[in-house]
Amino acid sequence: MSTPFLSLQNLSKRFQAPKGGEALTVFENVNLGIEKGEFVCIIGHSGCGKSTILNILAGLDEPTEGAVIMNGKEVSGPSLDRGIVFQNYSLLPWLSALKNVTFAVQARYKSWSKKQVHDHSMKYLEMVGLAGGAELRKPSQLSGGMRQRVSIARAFAIQPELLLLDEPFGALDALTRGSIQDELIRIWSGSDQTVFMITHDVDEAILLADRILLMTNGPYARVAESVQVDIPRPRERANIIHHSDYYDIRNHLVEFLATRSKELAGKQEDGVVAEPSVVRFGAHGVITDPKDNRKPATSRAE
Amino acid sequence: MLASLNARALVLSLVLLAVFLGLWEAASPKQELAGELTEYELLMGGAEPKAAVPPPSDVIAKAWEELSNPFYDAGPNDKGIGIQIGYSLYRVLSGYFLAAALAIPVGFLIGMSPLMYKALDPFIQVLRPISPLAWMPLALFVIQDSQASAIFVIFICSIWPMLINTAFGVAGVRKDWVNVARTHELGAFKTAWIVILPAAAPTILTGMRISIGIAWLVIVAAEMLVGGTGIGYYVWNEWNNLDLTSVVFSILMIGVVGMLLDTAFAYCARLVQYQE
Repeated sequence: MSTPFLSLQNLSKRFQAPKGGEALTVFENVNLGIEKGEFVCIIGHSGCGKSTILNILAGLDEPTEGAVIMNGKEVSGPSLDRGIVFQNYSLLPWLSALKNVTFAVQARYKSWSKKQVHDHSMKYLEMVGLAGGAELRKPSQLSGGMRQRVSIARAFAIQPELLLLDEPFGALDALTRGSIQDELIRIWSGSDQTVFMITHDVDEAILLADRILLMTNGPYARVAESVQVDIPRPRERANIIHHSDYYDIRNHLVEFLATRSKELAGKQEDGVVAEPSVVRFGAHGVITDPKDNRKPATSRAE
Repeated sequence: MLASLNARALVLSLVLLAVFLGLWEAASPKQELAGELTEYELLMGGAEPKAAVPPPSDVIAKAWEELSNPFYDAGPNDKGIGIQIGYSLYRVLSGYFLAAALAIPVGFLIGMSPLMYKALDPFIQVLRPISPLAWMPLALFVIQDSQASAIFVIFICSIWPMLINTAFGVAGVRKDWVNVARTHELGAFKTAWIVILPAAAPTILTGMRISIGIAWLVIVAAEMLVGGTGIGYYVWNEWNNLDLTSVVFSILMIGVVGMLLDTAFAYCARLVQYQE
């Protein structure tokens, strides 16, 4: 088996209890592989450690156990190879939208001339629909949607090998969210960008992702299932709902979040290989990966 | 009312000023001719006017006289108000900028390093409440120069607000912004320049503004002690001359210059202000 582009190996995060007590295990034995160019969404309830996993991938946080290997190298510390878009935009408020992008491009391509940096930044700002003067405004003079567009433009402009999105549309209203989702998918389609994205929105995940990872509730959270989304691209919000698999996938996700994320929660017995079971929808209904050696979720009650 | 709030406030200010000056003028005793001259007064060639707080009309006349020729220099005890204020500003600004040159880098260090913060905090807490004038005897002895000692006193009183505000501003930079610097692999110097300095600038400027206000308060007292030149010396010298009109005039000038200094720093603070 070849090593995937990005692999999370036995990742665990524990927080030491303040006074000697038992350490709090947020998640344990997370094993995942992500291929180059894949768009992966991760869904789970608050507190399951999604954001911690993303921060570990970014290099902003460190796992208690395990390691992240990207391109054959262990991730340690933040790097321009991994771009991030946060829910709160993380723009520098004293810089204009354009400067917020150019400083990043300058940091990525140190040998570039001012003009090259400017043109490259403008190209990406135009891609997200910020041009004609809007790029000269400060973030406080832009709407939430515009700010997130700048943040997305910045992340794509540095052309990272892995793009991390931490609930990028969480703070936006539904209409804005929809139009930025379309833009995101358009920009992504024209690149071979690998994306790892946290979301709470089931429809958003189906629209964007090649694969959706489902996490059980914390503590002792783990990635329980990996749902393959085989709906062909290009996808559009308007017609994706007519695809025959759409509601099967959607119901599966909703059902997981509503009941199974709780049922499957809790500490696993030792020796269980914590690879997520692969779930695939198609003409024949649910197919679980035969390689999966853990009991299927439905027969857990026995 | 059609007039704007500003216009109404201006009118009210002028009315209050007129009422205040009117009451002051009315309350000032008129110099009456004494009925009978004493033998001493006869010897001195007439009655000395009785010393009293001068009425505003005298002060205004004095101000006109002084301000129409502010830079004359007629010997060590008779210099124009402009020269005196110039000396004071020179001392305040040199002491102040020396303090800024030390306080802002050290504040950065304390703000970025919890170790340095904990290590230096006891020193700061002990040194900060010391009245700047308490340093004067030690400064005079060590420096052996009264002018430099005055500058040192300004230096020592200006340090603390700038140091503490810089440390506070730097330590309080939002983690998100620091993470932006980290994820873009900015080095320590670039992080300080591109992220931390602009983020902390409003807090630092607030500290600088507090410091300049304190420095201007302290220079008057310091110059009364060291003497020679400066607006503080001028006040004390005119008191020794029993020229109360000049005393009142110079008090007003101290206020006006202090206000201008504060306005200048408020303007600078607006330049670095950002809106989240």
